[in-house]
Amino acid sequence: MTIKDRAAIVGIGQTPFAKRLEPSETELACMAIRDALEDAGISPAEVDALSSFTWESSEENEVASNLGFGDIRFFSRIGYGGGAGCATVLHMAMAIATGQASVGVVWRSRKRGSGARVWALAQERMADVFKSSRPYGLVRPADEVAVLTRRYMHEYGMTRDHLANVALACRKHANNNPAAQMYGKPLTRDQYLSARWIAEPLCLFDNCLETDGALACVLVSAERARDCKHRPVYVHAGSQGMTAPHPTMMNHFCDEPLDGPSWATARGLWRHSDIQPADIKVAQIYDAFTTLVPLSLEGYGFCKRGEGAAFTEGGALELGGRLPINTAGGGLSEAYVHGFNHINEGVRQMRGTSVNQVPGADACLVTSGEAVPTSAIVLRN
Amino acid sequence: MAGDEKMIDGWPLPVTDDPLDREFYRAARRGELVIQACGDCGKLRFPPRPMCPACQSLAQRWQVLAGRGRVWSYTVPHPPLLPVFNAQAPYNVVVVELDDAPGIRLVGNLVAGTEAPLNSVDPATIRIGEPVEAVFVAMAEDVTLIRWRRPLS
Repeated sequence: MTIKDRAAIVGIGQTPFAKRLEPSETELACMAIRDALEDAGISPAEVDALSSFTWESSEENEVASNLGFGDIRFFSRIGYGGGAGCATVLHMAMAIATGQASVGVVWRSRKRGSGARVWALAQERMADVFKSSRPYGLVRPADEVAVLTRRYMHEYGMTRDHLANVALACRKHANNNPAAQMYGKPLTRDQYLSARWIAEPLCLFDNCLETDGALACVLVSAERARDCKHRPVYVHAGSQGMTAPHPTMMNHFCDEPLDGPSWATARGLWRHSDIQPADIKVAQIYDAFTTLVPLSLEGYGFCKRGEGAAFTEGGALELGGRLPINTAGGGLSEAYVHGFNHINEGVRQMRGTSVNQVPGADACLVTSGEAVPTSAIVLRN
Repeated sequence: MAGDEKMIDGWPLPVTDDPLDREFYRAARRGELVIQACGDCGKLRFPPRPMCPACQSLAQRWQVLAGRGRVWSYTVPHPPLLPVFNAQAPYNVVVVELDDAPGIRLVGNLVAGTEAPLNSVDPATIRIGEPVEAVFVAMAEDVTLIRWRRPLS
């Protein structure tokens, strides 16, 4: 038994995205979930299953109480921050495929725009894995990814122009998306190359946005999906993944530091998928940092090790290119809500309603955070 | 830590009394770089953990290494950082692969000497693969950090 096409996403919802929103994270979560259920045409009273991130502050019972859900029979949480997004969909598809759930809601709400930066909450005395790095001034996720970026440049000849290809593709897509934080704000290559440094070799535009916002999806069985308001978007395949020896952000305590968690996730994903990388015409690739895109292109099998940077050349990642990615703007230019906006955009591509619709797209890869234990799904229509 | 004049206010430092890794910090205070090794099969591992992933043994020992390595990669952080680091930014952070423990890489800084600040080496001169050697920098009564300098010879 597999989950293959047995569950479908039938509703999506999201709040506005902004640097600062007034409502609480729980309130934003409830707004996004309410809108997703409305989009599906399903009453809140029918919801019986929930899945979200361990980092999520809106508790299941609070969400259920606010929205008027009935009995809840399945609830799960996925760890590791930005690695969790696609796994919430995967867990819900598993629950529905096995009959544990009938109407499932998955969501992420986060006020990372107006709230504290996680790294700035560092304690003066650390007992966790950061005790080996923060005392040396390697403080932020950007610093850790910068170390990997420099090594990747050294080994495979990636340049800042390649990273700019990623940033500019996402920005171009966001410029067509009225919901994006960077709507109406073009970015040129010159602006990219002259931007201020965050952690060399990463500049401002290699980093994702800081966003307040929430998103949600509603899943039901394939049978039920045919009676919902929109064209069903089937969860064709999915996998979680940690690559041995299972490092998190600081991926250099191992023999092959450039083999991130996407490598293990991809092996699990494609094994159960009739749709293979060569069949994928559009992808939503987790982009907290530009570097993660070439690394993911390799991990998920769109090119070989070391070819991810060259893959980005010639507008390959833009609408009309070889593999348009992050067609709503991604974490770099639409919103950074721990990658959940990639899921909703994958659904829009499969419905044919994206502001940057890829003609003929019948399957979409969605990935969660490369560089932490992660997950990915293949959606199809 | 009260009364220790070397303690720099706000500098993030490790807990040093965890039985799992306190020997690493004790050794650093003596001016030695030690890495955890499996007490049965001898495989080195970092960061310290209770079990050997190669043979599942809980036995462990600490192996003294030479304190020499090569720059595996580096970055140059710019503000906004924690206030103590903003004051010295931009500075380098290097990841050093140890000569006698391939695959084990330690985060540190390339500095001009034991007393030199984080920004004492021009980042434009740093090269991946260049040899470095450990220097031991006392930060608090119980914390000596291992940084790196270019070999003197």
